[in-house]
Amino acid sequence: MRRLLYLLPVAVFGILALFFLRGLTLNPREIPSVLINRPVPEMNLPPLPGRGDNTGLATADLKGRVSLVNIYGSWCIACVQEHPYLMKIKQTGIVPIHGIDWRDDPVEGAKWLKKHGDPYDRVGIDPAPGRTAIDFGVTGAPETFIVDKAGIIRYKHIGPVTPEAWEKTLLPIIKELNK
Amino acid sequence: MKRLALALMLAAAAPALAADPSEMLKDPVLEKKAEDLGKELRCLVCQNESIEDSNADLARDLRIIVRERIAKGESTDQVKQYVVDRYGDYVLLNPPFKGATLVLWLGPFALLVVAVGAAFVFFRRRPSVNATPVAPLSAEEKRRLDALLKDEDRS
Repeated sequence: MRRLLYLLPVAVFGILALFFLRGLTLNPREIPSVLINRPVPEMNLPPLPGRGDNTGLATADLKGRVSLVNIYGSWCIACVQEHPYLMKIKQTGIVPIHGIDWRDDPVEGAKWLKKHGDPYDRVGIDPAPGRTAIDFGVTGAPETFIVDKAGIIRYKHIGPVTPEAWEKTLLPIIKELNK
Repeated sequence: MKRLALALMLAAAAPALAADPSEMLKDPVLEKKAEDLGKELRCLVCQNESIEDSNADLARDLRIIVRERIAKGESTDQVKQYVVDRYGDYVLLNPPFKGATLVLWLGPFALLVVAVGAAFVFFRRRPSVNATPVAPLSAEEKRRLDALLKDEDRS
């Protein structure tokens, strides 16, 4: 019994080490979203002038089909990084992507899409103070939400959609939701 | 003259304001309410600053929305709930006391209790120096002691 007591510090160290080890692999930028499994927030975003459509993006647009909602801005550097991959996803036709041009000058937002390509089905603008983005619990751009057929948010991806994230995480969820 | 200039300069220096003056509510009572609440809300970008302290755009947006809601007559708790509904408890710099945070709140006290308990047991078990009375030397022991001491004197 006494011997076991001497092992106590080792055990305490072990437990602490486990916590620290877990902490090492966590990304503090990835704050778990409270909106998962909740309906898409009420929104009725105006269209992006200069894009050549006047549809905008409203809550009702996200019903009936599994879709992606991508938060972007012409000011956002990581968005440039993910954009070519969004173009590729659009080409596959697996899932429609809708864009929210967040906290942006609409002129710049449209120019940016002309320059880098336009992977979006619908685009809505959400100028400062970005009420819709806040309703989505957005912490930065880019962020991508998977919305199911019923208009329920099923997943939130923080940061650029990389080929790896697409193959390993997003695509399997979309496939599952499409069943 | 120098003193006067200094006094004037000090008088002109307004206290540093966290929020951009253009964001502030006209009613000082409501503004104070909004500021107090803002200090409890974490900036989602810088993470260790409150939205009142942060320069991030998102923090500015949240400051504006908090003020809008306060101005509309919402209570502090209602506005807090609005933000928590979107960002979760994480946004509160002062985490709430509930199931998931039990270890966070009670952990240190539990450790303290364990430590005090361990110390108590440790000190009770260790025999005190004066605790057991020493039996007086027997006649035989006395004789040997004397012999030893004599030996010591000689050498």
